[in-house]
Amino acid sequence: MAQIKYHILVCGGTGCRASQSEDILKNFQELIIDKGLGTEVQVVKTGCFGFCEKGPIVKMMPDNTFYTKVSPADCEEILNEHIIKGRKVTRLLYTDPETKEQVSDSKHMEFYKKQIRIALRNCGFINPENIEEYIGRDGYQALGKVLTELTPDATIDIIKKSGLRGRGGGGFPTGLKWEITRKVKADQKYVICNADEGDPGAFMDRSVLEGDPHSVLEAMAINGYCTGASKGLVYIRAEYPLAVERLKIAMRQAREFGLLGQNIMGTGFNFDVEIRYGAGAFVCGEETALIHSMEGKRGEPTVKPPFPSESGYLGKPSNVNNVETYANIPVIIIKGAEWFSAIGTEKSKGTKVFALAGKINNVGLIEVPMGITLREVIYEIGGGIKNDKKFKAVQTGGPSGGMLTEKHLDTPIDYDNLIAAGSMMGSGGMIVMDEDDCMVSMAKFYLQFTVEESCGKCSPCRIGNKRLFEILEKVTKGQGTLEDLDKLKNLSNVIKDTSLCGLGQTSPNPVLSSLMNFPDEYNEHVVSKKCRAGSCKSLMQYIIDPDNCIGCTLCARNCPVNAISGERKQPHIIDQEKCIKCGACMEKCKFNAIHIN
Amino acid sequence: MEMVTLTIDGKHVEVEKDTTILKAAKTVGIDIPTLCYFELKDMNIENRPGGCRVCVVEVKGRRNLAPACTTTVTPGMEVNTHSIRVLNARRTVLELILSDHPAECLTCAKSGNCELQSLAQQLGVRDIPFQGAQSTYRKDTSPAIIRDVDKCIMCRRCEMMCNEVQTVGALSAVNRGFMAVVAPAFEMNLEKSPCTYCGQCVSVCPTGALTEVDHSRNVINSLADPTKTVVVQTAPAVRAALGEEFGLEPGTLVTGKMVAALRRLGFDYVFDTDFAADLTIMEEGSELLDRLTRYLKGDKKVKLPILTSCCPGWVNFFEHNFPEMLDIPSTAKSPQQMFGPIAKEYFGKKLGIDRKNMVVVSIMPCIAKKYECQREEFKVDGDPDVNFSLSTRELAHLIKQANIDFNALPEEDFDNPLGESTGAAVIFGNTGGVIEAACRTAYELYTGKKLKNVEFKELRGMENIRHATIDFDGLPINIGIAHGLGNARKLLEDIRDGKSHFHAIEIMACPGGCIGGGGQPYHHGNSEILKKRAAAIYREDAGKPIRKSHENPFIIELYKEFLEKPLGEKSHHLLHTHYFDKSAGIFVDE
Repeated sequence: MAQIKYHILVCGGTGCRASQSEDILKNFQELIIDKGLGTEVQVVKTGCFGFCEKGPIVKMMPDNTFYTKVSPADCEEILNEHIIKGRKVTRLLYTDPETKEQVSDSKHMEFYKKQIRIALRNCGFINPENIEEYIGRDGYQALGKVLTELTPDATIDIIKKSGLRGRGGGGFPTGLKWEITRKVKADQKYVICNADEGDPGAFMDRSVLEGDPHSVLEAMAINGYCTGASKGLVYIRAEYPLAVERLKIAMRQAREFGLLGQNIMGTGFNFDVEIRYGAGAFVCGEETALIHSMEGKRGEPTVKPPFPSESGYLGKPSNVNNVETYANIPVIIIKGAEWFSAIGTEKSKGTKVFALAGKINNVGLIEVPMGITLREVIYEIGGGIKNDKKFKAVQTGGPSGGMLTEKHLDTPIDYDNLIAAGSMMGSGGMIVMDEDDCMVSMAKFYLQFTVEESCGKCSPCRIGNKRLFEILEKVTKGQGTLEDLDKLKNLSNVIKDTSLCGLGQTSPNPVLSSLMNFPDEYNEHVVSKKCRAGSCKSLMQYIIDPDNCIGCTLCARNCPVNAISGERKQPHIIDQEKCIKCGACMEKCKFNAIHIN
Repeated sequence: MEMVTLTIDGKHVEVEKDTTILKAAKTVGIDIPTLCYFELKDMNIENRPGGCRVCVVEVKGRRNLAPACTTTVTPGMEVNTHSIRVLNARRTVLELILSDHPAECLTCAKSGNCELQSLAQQLGVRDIPFQGAQSTYRKDTSPAIIRDVDKCIMCRRCEMMCNEVQTVGALSAVNRGFMAVVAPAFEMNLEKSPCTYCGQCVSVCPTGALTEVDHSRNVINSLADPTKTVVVQTAPAVRAALGEEFGLEPGTLVTGKMVAALRRLGFDYVFDTDFAADLTIMEEGSELLDRLTRYLKGDKKVKLPILTSCCPGWVNFFEHNFPEMLDIPSTAKSPQQMFGPIAKEYFGKKLGIDRKNMVVVSIMPCIAKKYECQREEFKVDGDPDVNFSLSTRELAHLIKQANIDFNALPEEDFDNPLGESTGAAVIFGNTGGVIEAACRTAYELYTGKKLKNVEFKELRGMENIRHATIDFDGLPINIGIAHGLGNARKLLEDIRDGKSHFHAIEIMACPGGCIGGGGQPYHHGNSEILKKRAAAIYREDAGKPIRKSHENPFIIELYKEFLEKPLGEKSHHLLHTHYFDKSAGIFVDE
C-alpha cells in the first residue's frame, strides 16, 4: 500500500465553515478520487486555526503551506499546482501588510509569531474526529502517567505549583479548587466542564471542543482521579452543534480505546463523561447557575457558600472548571509545573486565549503568554486598527469587562492588572474600538447585553441594570443631565456592591470604565449635546450651507417629514425639531450644500 | 456546640457556628431590615434566596457588601450594618425596587399590610430618583386567587411555599432579567395550573401581587336585597384570629363579638360552621367505623386508611396528584359544604324559604373554600349550596366598612338550631383537631363506653407529620396527621407504596391547620401568632359544656327529624360527595 504523502488540512472551525469550508472539504475529497490521488493525499477537517480574518484556511502538510481565503473553486488548482506539479498557488498565500511579501508558513506570520499555543496546541493540527491523531501528539499520556505513577495528591501538587488559574474569568487557582473538592468526603463526586461560553464574540471554548475535544476529556479524567469522582459532565450550549458532535465522537472513541469507562488502562480507575445541554443563557456560565440548569432547575445562581466543591450537582461535591482550563492540564502534567510557570507573570502563569474582534485588522483567535501587552496584541498580532483609524479603546472581559484606553496599552495583561485597570480577564473577549465609536453608545451596547442576560433573581441586577441602560439611552439621545452622570456612577457602584453573582457584580464595568476614561465624551453628550464620534443619531444635525444652496428645492421635495423649507432660488433651512435624520436630503443634494454637524 | 464570636456595629456577639449575620444581629438588638427573607420559626419554613439585597451589610475585608440573611458568621468578623456605604446601597436598592412597582398604594388590597410599604417608610424614602419602564403583566383571576404580578418583587416566598412546603409546583420564576416574575408554567392562568388554592402564597406575599378574590361586594348586595334571607356560617379558626385585625392580642377569642358584628352587619341568621363540623364527625366517624368493622371482618375490598376530606386545598391536591387514590378519602363533604344543604334543604324548608331566596355566606380562614363553594357538584340547578365564601380578612373589612366598633361590641350567642356546637367541632381549626374529634365520637360509638378524658394530647402539636396509636378498648387504632401538603404527599406516597400502617389520617393543607389558613390575618412570618391561635382554639374547646359531636342535642334532633341516620340515604344525598381526576386537566388550553 502506498504511503500518504500529503495531508490537506481544511479548517472546520465555525468561521471557516460559515465561508463554505465544508464545500472545500467535499471538493477536495471528490477531486482526489477523480484524479486518482486517493493513495497519497488525505484531507483532514481540523479545528480552528485562529486566523479567522483570512479564512477559510487550508494548510498543506508536510510543507506547512498556509493558504488563505480559499474558495471551493480553488480546490482543483491547489491539487493540480501544489500536489501534482509541486508549485505553490501564490495568489492564495498570505501577504504581509508591512513588507508586502508573501509568506507561506504560518510561523513566519506576525499573527502567529508572538503566540504560544498550549490550550490550542492541537487545534488546526489534528483531525479532531480521530483519537489516533490526538494520541499521536502525546494524547492520553498525561492520564497514563497520573494513573500509573502519581498519587492524586502529587498530581494536584503539580497543578498547584504550575500556578494555573481558572480561565473562565474568575481566575481562582485551579489546583486549590481540586484540592478542596478532593478533601470533601462524599459517596459520589462530579467533574464538571463549563462549556457554556456566553461572551458574545468569544469562541475559544468552542474552538477547543471543535478542534481538540480529547484534551478536555483527558483532563476531566485526570481531575476525576484527583478528586475521587467517577462521573464527568460537560455542560455545553445546544447552539454549538459541531462541538457537541465532536465531543460525542471523542467520547465514543475514548471508550473504545479504554480511556473512558470502567477500569481505565487496567488501573481499576473508573470514569465516564456525559453531556448536558444548556439553552444559552449567559448567566449559566456562573457555576451555581450552571449546576441548577443541569439539575433541570431554573438557571439562576444561588448564594455561595456552599461552593460547588462542597455541595454542587445534586448536592454532591463538584469540581467545575472551564474548557480552556482543562485543555491546559495534560500538557502541564507532561511538561511539568516548572515549564508552565516559567511562562507568564508572577501571579498569572501560562497563556490565555483571546478572541480578537472589532476594529482590528486580524480578527481571530489567539493564544498569548500572560504578561504580553495590549499594544503587542493589538498592533503586532492584530495588525493594528482597520482602515488606519485611530485606536480609542479595547473592551476586555466580555460585555461585563471594562474599556481600556491608550494609557493601558503597555500594561502587561494578567488577571490582577486588568482588575486594577477597571476591567477583567473574563473568558477572553477582546473588542477593539476606534475613533468612530462613541463610548457612551458602547457602554450602552454592552449593558444591553447584560440587561437581557440577567436572570432577574436579585433586584440590583434585575432593575438596576435596566435603569442604567435607560439613563445611558437618555444621554445618547441628548436628554441627559449632569445629575444623570452622578446617578450613573452611584448606581453602577451600588449594583457592583450588592448584586448576588458575578454577572451583576461586573455588569456596570463598561459604564464605570468609560465614565472614568472618557469623562469629556459624557460631558459633551449632556452639556453641549454633541457626540464626537458622530454615532449618536439624535445628536446629529443635518445643516444646509446657505453659501452652497441654490434653492433648487430638491431636498425639500424629498424630505419624508417636510422638515425643509425655503423659497425657490433661496437657501433652504432644516427644522431640527422635525428632522428624523434619515439623510435623504444630503443624498439628493447635487450642490454639496448639506452636511452633518 | 461550637461558638463564634464577632462584632456587629461594635457590639460583641457570641453565637452558634453557622448562624447568619441577620440572626446574630437580632441577639444583640440589631434589627437589620429584610424583604425577601421569610421564616416561620419552629415550622421548618424558611425563604432566603438572597435576592432582594435589602439586608446587605458591610463586612470588614470583604470586597462587596454581604447579604445578612444568607451570610454566616465567622470568628472575628467585623460587621457594620449602617455605614454610609450600607445605607446608600440599601436605599438605592429599595428605590430600584420601588421604581418598578406600581404606585397604587391608595387602592391596593395590601395597603397597610404591605411589607414593601413599611420598608419604604422605615427607610424614609420620600421620592424615587429612577424613572423608567415598568415590568407589566397580564392580570390573572382564578376562582380564589388574583395574581397582579405587576406588584411582584421577586422575593420568591410564594414559590418557596408552593414548591418546597406544599410541593404543589404551580408557581415558579419565569422569564429573565427585567421581566422575571413568579408565575405558573408558560405564564398560563393559575386556573390551568395544578394550584390547590391553599392560599399559602397569598399569606406570605409581602406586597399585593397575590391576593384573594374579594366577594364582600356580593355579600353587601345580598344583605341589601329584601327578598333574600342571608344566613352566615363561621369556621372555627376565624374566632381565634379575627381580633388581630382590630388590634387585639393574637390568640384572643372573639366568638361573641364576631357573632354580634355579623348580626349588626344584617345577617338574618348567624350560624356556626362548627355545627356542621359536628355533623361531619357523625358522618366521617361512622364511615371510619364502617370501614374498620368491615376490615376487621376480613373484607379485602375495604380501603384503609381513611383520609379526612374537610380541607378543600387538600381535596384539590389529591385530585391533581393522586388520581389513582380517589377512593381512599372519606366521601364526607367538608363542614362548609355540609352546612349549605342543611341550611337550604332543612332549615330553609322548615321556615318555608325557597332555596333561591336564601343566600348562604361562609366566613372562612381559607381561600380554597372560595373555589370549593363554586364546584358544580355543590350546586342545585345552578344555585350553589354556599353562595359566597369570605376570608377572615374580608370579614374584618366588612365590619370596618359598616362603622362597627368591634372592640366595644357585646358578646352574643349564635342563633339556633345551626349555631350550637361542641368542643369537638371547635378543634377542627387546629392540625390534629379533626381526627381528635373523630376519635372522641368513634371511640364511644365503637366501644360503647364513655371516654374518661376527651383530650387526646398525643394528637396535638406542630410537628410536620405526627402519628399516635389510640387504644379503642383493646383495639389499637393507628392515626397519622400531616399539615402542609408536602407532608401530606409523603404520607400519600407511603400509602401508594403499601408502606402505610395507619387506619385513619388527617390532612390539612396549611401549616398549623386552618388557624394558619390562607385567608387569615397576615402573620408576617411570626409563628408565635399561629401558636397563640392554636392555644385559643383548645381553650374554647375546654370551655365548652359538650365536647363530643354525637352529644350535640341539635345534631341528635337533626338526625331524628330529618336525616334519620349517619350514612343513611338522605346523608348520602346531601352530605357526601365524590372526587374527580384532575391530573389531565392541567395545562389544557381551550
